[in-house]
Amino acid sequence: ALLGGRVSAQDVTLPFANGVRPLVRYPGKRPLIGLTSRPPQLETPFGVFNETLLTPNDAFFVRYHMSDIPLSIDMAAWRLTIGGHVARPLSLSLDDLKRQFTPTDIVAVNQCSGNSRGFFSPRVGGGQLGNGAMGNARWTGVPLKAVLEKAGVKSGGKQVTFNGLDNPPAPDMPDFVKALDLDHATDGEVMLAWAMNGEDLPFLNGYPLRLVVPGYFGTYWVKHLSDIAVLDAPFEGYWMKTAYRVPDNDCQCVPVGEKPAATRPIGTFAVRSFLTSHADGATVSGADATILSGIAFDGGSGIAKVELSLDGGRQWVAARLGDDLGRYAFRPWTLVLRLPRGAQAVQVRATAVSGETQPMEPLWNPAGYLRNVVETVRLRVA
Amino acid sequence: LIALAAASPPRTVTYALPQTEEDFTLPPGEGAELTVGNCAACHSLDYIRTQPRGKGAQFWKDNVAKMIAVYKAPIAPADADAIAAYLAKTYGE
Ligand code: HEC
Repeated sequence: ALLGGRVSAQDVTLPFANGVRPLVRYPGKRPLIGLTSRPPQLETPFGVFNETLLTPNDAFFVRYHMSDIPLSIDMAAWRLTIGGHVARPLSLSLDDLKRQFTPTDIVAVNQCSGNSRGFFSPRVGGGQLGNGAMGNARWTGVPLKAVLEKAGVKSGGKQVTFNGLDNPPAPDMPDFVKALDLDHATDGEVMLAWAMNGEDLPFLNGYPLRLVVPGYFGTYWVKHLSDIAVLDAPFEGYWMKTAYRVPDNDCQCVPVGEKPAATRPIGTFAVRSFLTSHADGATVSGADATILSGIAFDGGSGIAKVELSLDGGRQWVAARLGDDLGRYAFRPWTLVLRLPRGAQAVQVRATAVSGETQPMEPLWNPAGYLRNVVETVRLRVA
Repeated sequence: LIALAAASPPRTVTYALPQTEEDFTLPPGEGAELTVGNCAACHSLDYIRTQPRGKGAQFWKDNVAKMIAVYKAPIAPADADAIAAYLAKTYGE
């Protein structure tokens, strides 16, 4: 391995205790916030979300579980296999995938289940991320539905499993395999994607093929995808049955410190919004109107409205929604406001088309998933 | 657009993973070497360093137990106790 991933002497401090992180440089990536190096886990510096609505490939976050990641892929030999409870098992080259099916694309947010875990109070174990384990990209590929139709799912099919080229570093460790219900896998939206923002997938984002599961947390977006299997019974693997579980109730939360009575696999994103135009603690002029802007997204119903409050949530002012790249994409918003001089706490709250909105107080769960509290950015208006 | 682009001939695609030595070290102390020796087998030690501080000894006892029970880390019980004690002292307070 090369030395020198760390960008010399530069650190980033995420705004929670023990939040100092190195800024690291990986091939194909701009300097990103390093969480771990083996396997690599990289977070997008938050300022990137204010630059472009589509998150650039070289800035897109990276999450792995297994440290035995593929570092050399022979594309002449590489195949995607589709097997299990199917009439015609398939073995497809990337070219086969591109030629035998009709490509489609979708703009969709991918977000790590544990995005923002570092802000949990009380803190919980796991990857201590700021808000940068998310990104919005245009994915190109083919619908999983079309590929499963070609394989011919036999009657009685229940779930579909997904495995990639990453392997556990120890023989008895549970391999990273995820599952979707057959109905979900064949909804026409779940996609086998080989391109991101018009280019081949970056290596660390799952080259040559990854699963895209619009609206669902990144844990399902299996990278370096190589094996798909249809099962006639629910999948019992560790990464579905034990890990990535949320409290099985409406809020997917429990009182702070408690254990849920029952759990279920994590599912779709909770609605979130962020102010990206100003960093926390920034100074703005009180003489002029301030252009506040940011992004919002949810699990796929789309964003109905984004509102801002300067008085702790008593009154809300609606922002103007911008370009609509689809109901799974970041939705930009803007609000031009004359801010009163002094210290201001700007709060931003999105409401989804489904009616779901963001809580004023954070919800809690033991794994540190699904954070979606109304965010607050403090500004000094001079 | 990408759908129409001519497919390039298959080739071997490689990735050079950078890594810094400091991601595989821990602060000195009783049990430090044992911890590095056992815990760096599967992942870098920034996994440990970036965990929240002040969670007490039980947090680290549970963490080591999880590595053994769930991820099958081959660590003898006496070593597990010594590692948990080192981690509690170094990161638990
Ligand atoms: C046999 C493999 C293996 C060994 C040995 C191992 N770990 Fe882990 N460890 C893992 C895996 C797998 C994860 C989860 C990785 C992920 O999801 O990113 C993990 C994650 C962690 C985390 C992050 C929190 C969490 O629960 O995900 C910490 C902290 C940690 N390990 C500490 C240790 C310590 C301390 C030791 C030595 C006592 C150790 N590990 C030894 C496999 C191992």
